[in-house]
Amino acid sequence: MVKALLCGNPNCGKTTLYNRLTGQRQYVGNWSGVTVDKAQGVLRTREGEMLILDLPGIYSLSALSMEEKAARGSILQEEAELILNIVDGTHLERSLYLSLQLIELGRPVVIALNMLDELRAQKGGVDCALLGRELGVPVIPISARSGEGIELLQREVFRQARQGRPPGAPAYDADTRRALEKIQRLIADACRARRCPPVFFAARLLAGEEEAAQELGLSSKCLREIEEISGQYAALRDDRAQRLAAARYRLIERITGRAVRQSAVLREWSEQMDKLVLHRLLALPVFFFMLFAVFSVTFGPPGRWLKGGIEQLIAAAGEVFSRLLFSCDAPGWTRSLIVEAVIGGVGGVLSFLPQMALLFFFLSLLEDSGYMARAAFLTDRLLRVLGLNGKSFIPMLMGFGCTTPAVMAARAMDNERDRQRTILLIPFMSCGARLPIYALFSGIFFPGREGTVVFCLYLLGMAVAVLCGLCLKKTVFYRDSSPFILELPPYRLPRLCDTLLHTWERSRGFLCKAGTVIFSMNIVLWLLQHVTPGLQPASGAQESVFGALGSLLAPLLRPLGFGSWQAAVALLCGLVAKESVVSALSLLYGAGDAAALSAAVAARFTPLSALSFMVFCLLYPPCLSAFVTICRELGSLRRALAAAAFQTGVAYLVSFLIYSFGLISPLNG
Amino acid sequence: MSGHMLSDLRPGQKAVILSVGGERRFRLRLAELGLIPGTQVQLRRRAPLGDPIEIRLRGYALSIRLKEARKIEVQGGERIGKGAPVR
Repeated sequence: MVKALLCGNPNCGKTTLYNRLTGQRQYVGNWSGVTVDKAQGVLRTREGEMLILDLPGIYSLSALSMEEKAARGSILQEEAELILNIVDGTHLERSLYLSLQLIELGRPVVIALNMLDELRAQKGGVDCALLGRELGVPVIPISARSGEGIELLQREVFRQARQGRPPGAPAYDADTRRALEKIQRLIADACRARRCPPVFFAARLLAGEEEAAQELGLSSKCLREIEEISGQYAALRDDRAQRLAAARYRLIERITGRAVRQSAVLREWSEQMDKLVLHRLLALPVFFFMLFAVFSVTFGPPGRWLKGGIEQLIAAAGEVFSRLLFSCDAPGWTRSLIVEAVIGGVGGVLSFLPQMALLFFFLSLLEDSGYMARAAFLTDRLLRVLGLNGKSFIPMLMGFGCTTPAVMAARAMDNERDRQRTILLIPFMSCGARLPIYALFSGIFFPGREGTVVFCLYLLGMAVAVLCGLCLKKTVFYRDSSPFILELPPYRLPRLCDTLLHTWERSRGFLCKAGTVIFSMNIVLWLLQHVTPGLQPASGAQESVFGALGSLLAPLLRPLGFGSWQAAVALLCGLVAKESVVSALSLLYGAGDAAALSAAVAARFTPLSALSFMVFCLLYPPCLSAFVTICRELGSLRRALAAAAFQTGVAYLVSFLIYSFGLISPLNG
Repeated sequence: MSGHMLSDLRPGQKAVILSVGGERRFRLRLAELGLIPGTQVQLRRRAPLGDPIEIRLRGYALSIRLKEARKIEVQGGERIGKGAPVR
């Protein structure tokens, strides 16, 4: 199949175009780096089929961030027939920088000039035909949002893939052109042997990029000659890349000077919005109010009301199945398996779906609107204290939803140390899956104050992250924090259908987990609970495999206030998936429905030990899928294990402190 | 007349970039984003906590920290006058 690479700046509507072309729904956000992995889909039209690879949003091919490295790697390795470059028509100058680099690759390029609708609204005008002639590649005006121009683009893409000729090298100024041509001649053989695009590599060499020389395996004699040419171009080694970038921009200015009939004026309402949202005095109150509003809708009456509805449905289903099984004389163990393990366990998790979905909905709304970048702008000063930067804020905030995508989102950070620090701290941001635990315990022991308790737990998680951040900054990862460069994209009104779609995509992940991991976990747990270590049917839960294991661990947990084997087992299950802590408890206490579970928990915990248990759940290592992701992103099993050990230690310590202080404090009892 | 720094501009003031200093990677990234000598920039605002700052160039908005803005020399606008705190 013909293959095309889709490249473009962050926030230029690349993923929307990808969805339009392939019909595949993938996450779109108004925030740099939402596409964390390359995705691929198939474009089907009457003219045939084409595989489209969606690369991360990047500003250039010089690979300063991990995403740029990934994108450049794919571009150089993939044998793609075509590069589809989407540019933001309202930020044309900056977008064309990447286009020039793509043109240097010497492969057919089609430019899709996006944001036609916004450009019109902003009274801007671009002569696409002239722009195309100047660049030497076809330029098709489109609006990915409304679908305008997409058909034309599809036709052009197929035409170019079939018979497109690679564009010539961009018409830089005489000095630059001469230097590039000289270097090209020197590396022509090496490029041919390694199938590397010569103009692109000449530009990298001229910019003083050592990696390029290694990739081509150039001789030291050749390198000396290149050094001489570069020396004439810019005497200081450090200035070469900058001079080349300036040459590119001068060409861009020359081209846009002719092709842009009217430059876009800034949108009034986006400006007005920033006046409020980034106001000197109002910005932080607005920011915290938004966070608070999101939390109170999610965990307050609206969320609780939805949750109650689902719980009633599940209880009804349990009842129906129980009667049905009874009436057809099913053996007691099947009834126990189906009603307790399957319906009770999975249902218990499902009842938290509405709240998770609400949280995901709000996060999506903030991302799609462009507010997330402002949040980074506002919080940078605060996060810098921890040795992080404003860009850590989004991954951290996503951590409140789910740790796994949050850890992956940290890839958008351009500094490696900041990225690793962020990954280590994300698990302390209480993920959505821990919510069922808090909801259960705070509902029983702190009725009427659930919202406050949960909010305090979230705050505690953040406070621990702050302390750990300070420690990491002082010890393991000592270094001055890196420069911070962040684009503030214009606000865009999120389309409800997009936002709902993202909410669904994220919730589906949760549902799949509930459907597969937790479902099977529950059956395994049920077995482990009903079988003795000698594989005999257990007469009571405590004789079972789990009882034995739990009893072994329980003494260790006694100083924390919850040294029962059931609690120990539930925590073990939580290492696989946090959602299963509650279902495991319900299984281990033999509770068929929510009311029975509440009664069982109320009988076995005190408010203080419940608090200690919640805190332990908040801080101890994240679930298996998060661990695997962290391991992959840190690139080392040892580091991931060390992180998990560290988290266990922190959880134990904090829970111990809370329980001990609680015991001696006059407030107890 | 020696120029002054991007960090010295007051919100709303425009200036033209003279030179960009600082770490190599940082300078390269800024150059790739179009912040090169000769570019016109406008300081839009400071973040509520004083840092970072928002600048406009080539029709879009970019945020950088004061620490780095102090290494970017500009011409035009005017130096912050008496009384105003210079950080």
